[in-house]
Amino acid sequence: MGADVTATDDAPLDGLAGDGRGGFLPRVLGVLSLGLGAAALGAPDRVSRLVGVDDSALARTVLVRAVGVRELVPAAGLLVGRAPAGWVWARVVGDAVDLAALAVALRDRGGRRRRRVGRALAAVAGLTALDLVAAVLASRAPAGRRTLRASATVTINRPADEVYRFWRDLENLPRFMYHLESVRADGDGRSHWTARAPGGRRIEWDAEIVDDNLSEVISWRSVKGARVPNAGRVRFARAAGGRGTEVRVDLVYAPPGGALGRAVAKLLGEEPGQQIRDDLRRFKQVIETGEVVRSDGSPEGLATLPQLRQRPARPAAGRASR
Amino acid sequence: MKANCWQGRDSVGIEEVPEPRIMNARDAIVRVTSTAICGSDLHLFHGYIPTMKKGDILGHEFMGEVVEVGPEVRNLRVGDRVVVPFPIACGGCAACQSGLYSLCENSNPNAGLAEKLLGHSPGGIFGYSHMLGGYAGGQAEYVRVPFADVGPVKVPDDLPDEKVLLLSDVLPTGYMGAEMCGITGGEVVAVWGAGAVGLLAMRSAYMLGAERVIAIDRFPYRLRLARERVGAEPLNYEETDVVEALRELTGGRGPDACIDAVGMEGHHPSALIDAYDRTKQSVRLETERPHALREAILSCRNGGTVSVVGAYGGFMDKFPIGSLMNRSITLRSGQCHVQRYTRLLLDRIRRGELDPSFVISHRLRLEDAPVGFEMFRQKQDECTKVLLRP
Repeated sequence: MGADVTATDDAPLDGLAGDGRGGFLPRVLGVLSLGLGAAALGAPDRVSRLVGVDDSALARTVLVRAVGVRELVPAAGLLVGRAPAGWVWARVVGDAVDLAALAVALRDRGGRRRRRVGRALAAVAGLTALDLVAAVLASRAPAGRRTLRASATVTINRPADEVYRFWRDLENLPRFMYHLESVRADGDGRSHWTARAPGGRRIEWDAEIVDDNLSEVISWRSVKGARVPNAGRVRFARAAGGRGTEVRVDLVYAPPGGALGRAVAKLLGEEPGQQIRDDLRRFKQVIETGEVVRSDGSPEGLATLPQLRQRPARPAAGRASR
Repeated sequence: MKANCWQGRDSVGIEEVPEPRIMNARDAIVRVTSTAICGSDLHLFHGYIPTMKKGDILGHEFMGEVVEVGPEVRNLRVGDRVVVPFPIACGGCAACQSGLYSLCENSNPNAGLAEKLLGHSPGGIFGYSHMLGGYAGGQAEYVRVPFADVGPVKVPDDLPDEKVLLLSDVLPTGYMGAEMCGITGGEVVAVWGAGAVGLLAMRSAYMLGAERVIAIDRFPYRLRLARERVGAEPLNYEETDVVEALRELTGGRGPDACIDAVGMEGHHPSALIDAYDRTKQSVRLETERPHALREAILSCRNGGTVSVVGAYGGFMDKFPIGSLMNRSITLRSGQCHVQRYTRLLLDRIRRGELDPSFVISHRLRLEDAPVGFEMFRQKQDECTKVLLRP
């Protein structure tokens, strides 16, 4: 079984596609921040000489190091985090502080040092311009266009038409998909979906089947007006050498900003790929063994998301003794 | 009910826990009449298998009487006497249908955890960590048996527990260890570890046609059992260099097949080598002390087979891949696919051709399980196998 959080060949899901990552410029700035921060922390003396403030003990010992730490924080955010805008703005604020500090340093100094401070000031001014451009661009990217996508695949020891038929009855999906509470088929390819969200909330939407090719593919998408536009596709392919049917699922969600968006993100878990993969594992259990398999450690069966918070492997209370 | 529970590293204890109930339609509940402590339970006891939780009920070797069946179990009835294989297997996935029951693709609800450590997940096992399913084990008065329509073997009333209990694990595990050697007749087979699995692997090797079997261990009482009860040639690794001695015993060729029935907690007579792996294992830089496996590979004849049934958990150091590759050695291994062997071995027991009960050294009450663990761990009182009766 395999899982993946990005999909290829997205034709039916394209309408919702977008780039969840920060883009090129923020990442370049992240690398730059990392370099500057490391230099300021690793060789504060050399850095303070370079920018012409090596005559001040305070600058040499404290200020340059503080700048280093301040650079590393946005570096981490830009390189690892998923929402670059805030981090780029943090850099802009840092730039302003640096410009002010360098302006003071320029006023107080003369000669060669003054020239060095001047060069540093010019360099920081250039960087500030770059940061400003990046920050404005990152902020303009509409939050609603950020998409979450997940895909996973599993092999099922049954012919494709049987596996297809089970999935085509969409009302079966909540039997193995953890986040779904119910799906109601309304006929004509339309269906009404209800998903569980954290804190007892529910998210509901209507969906329509957009592609339905017997024993090969089913794809669906939410109809206009859904608060969380989403689409999904499942493909069925004969596995090599009669090894059953390979099922591949791709899901895309375009959550809005704000609390609802956060709830959807949480619903899909830290690793959306893992969530879908666990769903498919249960899909396989239902088809091959008749139901979702339970153990004392995972008695709910469906809720394998909290696998690491297992109950002890012993019967749970709640039954009169024999 | 009473159950023997894992309480943290080096500690087990009898606790009062709720009785099991049917959770899936193909479950049965079994009242345990006999259960045993397995050598691999010691790996759990010592904390070398990850994903154990305090309070987990241990035990994967057990048998008893069916007291309740789920609506989809049609082959068992209340009152049937059954032995339960340690791997939990659905019977319907591709692995089960190829006879690879311990690799059942549906019986481990926590497969996602196992995939992170092992790449792909094997099937679930009773009382053997959360990574392998989080199932309560059989060192208890009652146990829930999933897929009861596939695993449990009905045993006739005239065979006492002692003769059939070991069908749950060590007998088929030893048998599979010998079977993987590809014995066709006339082979020399060396077996590392003369514990229950090793002794039964030796017995099985003879049964399958091996001409000579050599037993390697460090406990004189185990080597005596191997010699007297199985007819194997004993070799004490604390008294002799094993690779050299095997060369000597086989006219310089090396054994045709080598079985590792030791696993992750081996010992080495050289204090330095023993300390090397012990240190790395204790700080979890490797999960194994794989002396037996290294020696088995180095000792095996060119083109021979090394069969691994001793339990390993993760990653080992200094794996002699050069010896394996350059000398065309075949490496075979696996958690036993018990369901594949139970009927065959039960028939042999029934016909009186095989009686595995000679490996049982102690019979205790379930309440004395903690004493049994301590005794087994320290190899006190010539302990080879502890049977517990609830």
